[in-house]
Amino acid sequence: MSAALSRRGALKIAAAATGGLVVAVGLGGGADAAAAPFAPNAFVRIDRDGRVTLVMPNQEMGQGIYTAHSQILAEELDIPMAAITLQAAPADDDLYGGERKRQGTGGSSSIRAGFYPLLRQAGAAARALLVTAAAQGWGVDPATLRTADARVFDDANNRSAAYGMLVDRAARLPAPTQPAPLKSPRDFKIIGKPVHRLDTPAKTNGSAQYGIDVFAGQCKVASVIQAPVVGATLKGIDQSAAMAISGVTQVVVLDDLVAVVGDHSWAAIAGANALKLAWNPGPNAGIGSPQIWRELREASTKKGVNAFSVGQPDQALKTDDRIVGDYEMPFLAHAPMEPLNCTVEVRGGACEIWTGTQVQTRARAEAAKAAGLEPEQVTVNNYMLGGAFGRRLDVDMIANAVRVAKHVDGKVKVMWTREQDMRNDMLRPVYRNVMAATLKDGRLDAWSHKVAAASVGQRMSGKPPKDGLDKGSVDGATELLYAVPHQSVDYVQSEPRAVNVGYWRGVGPNNTIFAIESFIDECAKKAGQDPVAFRLKMLEGSKAVGVDRAARCLRLVADKSGWSGALGNRAGRGVALQNVFGSYLATVAEAEVDDDGFVFVRRFTCALDLGTCINPDGAIAQMEGGLIYGLSAALWGNIEVENGQIVQSNFHDYRVLRIHEAPQIAIHILRSDENPGGVGEPGVTAVAPSVANAVAAATGIRLRRMPIDRDLLAGRKQA
Amino acid sequence: MTTTVSINGVDHAIDAPSDMPLLWVLRDMAGLTGTKYGCGIAQCGACTVHLDGRPVRSCFLALKDVGTRKITTIEGVGSTPSGAAIQRAWLDLEVIQCGYCQSGQIMSASALLARNPAPDNDAIDAAMAGNICRCGTYPRIRAAIKHAAKA
Repeated sequence: MSAALSRRGALKIAAAATGGLVVAVGLGGGADAAAAPFAPNAFVRIDRDGRVTLVMPNQEMGQGIYTAHSQILAEELDIPMAAITLQAAPADDDLYGGERKRQGTGGSSSIRAGFYPLLRQAGAAARALLVTAAAQGWGVDPATLRTADARVFDDANNRSAAYGMLVDRAARLPAPTQPAPLKSPRDFKIIGKPVHRLDTPAKTNGSAQYGIDVFAGQCKVASVIQAPVVGATLKGIDQSAAMAISGVTQVVVLDDLVAVVGDHSWAAIAGANALKLAWNPGPNAGIGSPQIWRELREASTKKGVNAFSVGQPDQALKTDDRIVGDYEMPFLAHAPMEPLNCTVEVRGGACEIWTGTQVQTRARAEAAKAAGLEPEQVTVNNYMLGGAFGRRLDVDMIANAVRVAKHVDGKVKVMWTREQDMRNDMLRPVYRNVMAATLKDGRLDAWSHKVAAASVGQRMSGKPPKDGLDKGSVDGATELLYAVPHQSVDYVQSEPRAVNVGYWRGVGPNNTIFAIESFIDECAKKAGQDPVAFRLKMLEGSKAVGVDRAARCLRLVADKSGWSGALGNRAGRGVALQNVFGSYLATVAEAEVDDDGFVFVRRFTCALDLGTCINPDGAIAQMEGGLIYGLSAALWGNIEVENGQIVQSNFHDYRVLRIHEAPQIAIHILRSDENPGGVGEPGVTAVAPSVANAVAAATGIRLRRMPIDRDLLAGRKQA
Repeated sequence: MTTTVSINGVDHAIDAPSDMPLLWVLRDMAGLTGTKYGCGIAQCGACTVHLDGRPVRSCFLALKDVGTRKITTIEGVGSTPSGAAIQRAWLDLEVIQCGYCQSGQIMSASALLARNPAPDNDAIDAAMAGNICRCGTYPRIRAAIKHAAKA
């Protein structure tokens, strides 16, 4: 083992068991408590040998949450990071659902949705009980004791006790009636520090397990083919060639999907490729992208539902002088590196699944429904995710895997090939924004923003948005940072046919911020003002929450990016400012555009104010990752529909950024004691507008659509 | 039929169809799940292993074509000086996010460092362009390769 790995100690990461152990062992007396290790709350367990297990409510999918949540617990518990064993939480909304009592990982919310105070208190409460136990054992006043490195110290009497020695007595103590005192942030040794991640050593040597790895080689494998068009049903199947392949054991035939089961993955995959399938086309078979765009554009001419209004926007915009612009964004695939998979065993009155999900309780409920069981009869074993970006907020793959597994004897690993993963994605919706604004004395006077879009909430819940307003679609638009006296934000619901829409990293703000920050540049140009200066002026006098934090970010990024510095021919800088997901972010993109219309983004410079920061290196990593994820989309991201089917299927026709195309990135973090802001998604939403603005600066051509149109930039077509 | 292949210095007798890609041999037959499936068409690099030290996409290499060449996987590359250096650098700089692509990244980077002890940006580009990362760890991958080269 390399020195680096052993320096961090042996980290064991286990999938959640049923959770019964953690839930059953509570505080207070009883014979069980005396025999059991110390488990004072849902998050902390300490064994007699001193092993500290931290139960992780949210799921690690690369964002570093296992480490950040552990930092919070370890700080208040006073244990070293190297002493930690991690356990993924079982499905339990009440214990692990945070302040929303709804368990799930997403929305850049794993710190800011209440977990910072909750986990601090969990660690502090456990520590307080251990101190009380030591005090009782020694017959001293607990106020004279201190803790460090998983030990309680009685300095006055030159003695100490490891936490493991105290667990039996601590477990018998009555539940505390008051919250435990918390450390002063001044004394933090772990929170706010760039400590090394807990999950990464296992990810360097192949020992980290993802859902797709569990029981590999030890159970049957099923390769799924879903109906190629939403709503299509199976008409006919010739499975003779598939069944003839060595290792294939059966074909599961349902009305909307087929799965070839084999002794190993290759048999299942080769078998699925050998199937001859015919499908009843269903209602969506004639749908293609041109029709989807036509319907969206038509919908955008409707009035819609008002989401926000101030002043007299209709009146103020009744002028030929108004600036107008329409902005559009395409369907996008998630394409995480780990394709969809779920291993299932259905046996008698129980169902067990092994997978990587962002939503443990929803996964359990969906598996139960598919298996015809109660949720209590279903066990969810959750593994670190090989990327998700929102795809694993959905549970369609869980339902489908259980539906297949019901027909298979024993455990079966249900897998989707990359092609099946991409073609059955829950796509980031298409969007159309209708923008209008007026200027008065060089300032924005009136502003209207209409978003035409699908409601992902409706697709997921089956219920239409309340009062026709899909809040997610106007997120970022209804709280403009800028002081504009007349504003209107409106939403028109428009559901694309043949496509299931889903939450994609950056969600609604991907679109609203693209439209707002691009359009405000158009307004700045009309006003004859520099884009940064114009924004700073528009922040003055604004009543938006945290406007001073936004201004500070903008000034810092202008400085750090060398905003006013000279650039070569066909090169430009573009800025974007946003307050979404609880954080303030100013971004400058620097790009060159060649004669063929190819855009090379040389550099991103960011100033991020995320308030309380648990791990600054983790925050930088999330920003780097978000920017690169967003840049792939801006340059090439486009899922097309033809004959009701998603056209793209793999990385050869759904192009994503590679290392030689990655820009330089400089992230400047502004930290404070303000509430923590999210950092998983802000980088993504900043890309399209900052790059579009840079391209406009470089070429004079305004991009109103994503992905970037090379023909437009090369002069091969007109806007 | 049975084919014998050398994986991380150990001979394995593999009872599998000879057209089975090495990726699935490793994962389903040899109990080594560190090598990952990402695309199946040699576009993403998640399946990268070494054959006699050279990086190959195991999703595209049939069992029958391995022959006597020695396979090294992510589970074994830490025993080589370049592999150990890359793993150490990956942790020193905290390259990894979700980690699913990183077995392949580390294998490609180790092969690069083994044959080029001081790779410049162009050499890094050429060696690593076949490995996709959706979490966007590219800047850190580049920095870590250079860090490992200096170590």
